[in-house]
Amino acid sequence: MLKSSAEVTIMAKNKLFARVNAWLDDEVGGLERTMEAAQEQTAAPDIEELSPAEKRWAQEELDEERRIEAAMNDWTEKKGKPFVRALYNVLCVGVCAMMIMLLLYTVTALPHFGDPNHPINNEVSARYIEKGLQETGAVNIVTGMILDYRAFDTLGESSVLFTAAMVVLFLLRKDKHSARHSQLAQAMDLNPHSDTYYEPKNDVILQKTATILVPIVLLLGVYVVLNGHLSPGGGFSGGAIMGAGLILYVTAFGFVKMRRFFTYKLYQRIVLAALLTYACSKCYSFYTGANHIHSIIPLGTPGAILSSGLILVLNICVGFIVTCTMYCFYAVFRKGEL
Amino acid sequence: MSIIVQLMLVFLIGCAIAVCLTKDLLTSVVIYMAYSMIMSVVWIVLESPDLAITEAAVGAGVTSLLFFLALKKIHAIDARNEVRRQHAQEQRGGDDHGEE
Repeated sequence: MLKSSAEVTIMAKNKLFARVNAWLDDEVGGLERTMEAAQEQTAAPDIEELSPAEKRWAQEELDEERRIEAAMNDWTEKKGKPFVRALYNVLCVGVCAMMIMLLLYTVTALPHFGDPNHPINNEVSARYIEKGLQETGAVNIVTGMILDYRAFDTLGESSVLFTAAMVVLFLLRKDKHSARHSQLAQAMDLNPHSDTYYEPKNDVILQKTATILVPIVLLLGVYVVLNGHLSPGGGFSGGAIMGAGLILYVTAFGFVKMRRFFTYKLYQRIVLAALLTYACSKCYSFYTGANHIHSIIPLGTPGAILSSGLILVLNICVGFIVTCTMYCFYAVFRKGEL
Repeated sequence: MSIIVQLMLVFLIGCAIAVCLTKDLLTSVVIYMAYSMIMSVVWIVLESPDLAITEAAVGAGVTSLLFFLALKKIHAIDARNEVRRQHAQEQRGGDDHGEE
């Protein structure tokens, strides 16, 4: 019998509801059912051929078993469960107290805060503090460290973020080409509890607040990224702020408006371009600047916005990657697509 | 100044204990946000403004949002409203089933 597409949709929707509400679970009980069926098949013919005495004996056996089982259940309810619960509570408190004691003991053994003989006050940090400004041109010593001396580590961190975003996309992104999945997705769209159904919420308070706040938040993010080498902040912090601004925008105005300027294609292009720029420029600077070979990129005057060589470029790249990753996490978790 | 710092540290410990002890997941996330905000102030006092910005943006902002999303996906927030509505109905007395 052929079913119309509307019927199929409704069936898929009902099945989805049943799965979500745990009325129906395809996995649980499947194995048990087949084993029970097999046992019944083998056990059924034997009973027919028993003599009356044997039947009575079997009945007594069964009654005895049931009595023992009832007694055991009774013991579990009255004694076993309270015992396990008490044991659990005692172990909880005990393990927690032990961990707290252990950590407090470790903290007391640490060197005092600001101690000049602290192990971290070694020649590496001395070099960073004394020659950082001169060698990297960055007024903010933290950015000078993470984007010049340890720029390779930061490239690794950016790649980790990129990989995380890719994995989230692989696992959670809706596949529009799969027929079964599109039925489920349609059912999700019809589900009144789904986010996609309710999407343009038109919450006036949220929208008015977002109208005022989003430009400020985005501007602050851009400021933090661009001034990463001059003031506290940098690519990661500024990117997180900008990502939060984008999330606020999409929460207030919905994905339809967001897609006018931020699509999956743009996301791919921005992240790839940023990572490639980072990798290429850092490779270039390794070839020219590392190992005491003089770099041709001028450091500029410390304190000016166009100074400290590649740090500004790298900050912008990291900022783009972090912004896109934050927004991608939110969008894919919430809706399954960008 | 130092009294304020001590107060903030006590608040942090209080938050950490409260997160464990609350039964409601939504409340725990809100307490976690409060923890992150105070922690970012503590970072400023410890002279790490870089970390303070990141803590405020990531800890209090994006991470909590992702937690909220997760709670919504597992219907923890909806279930909470359901329980509240039932409770309110019980308070009003069980004879008004017809409304809803």
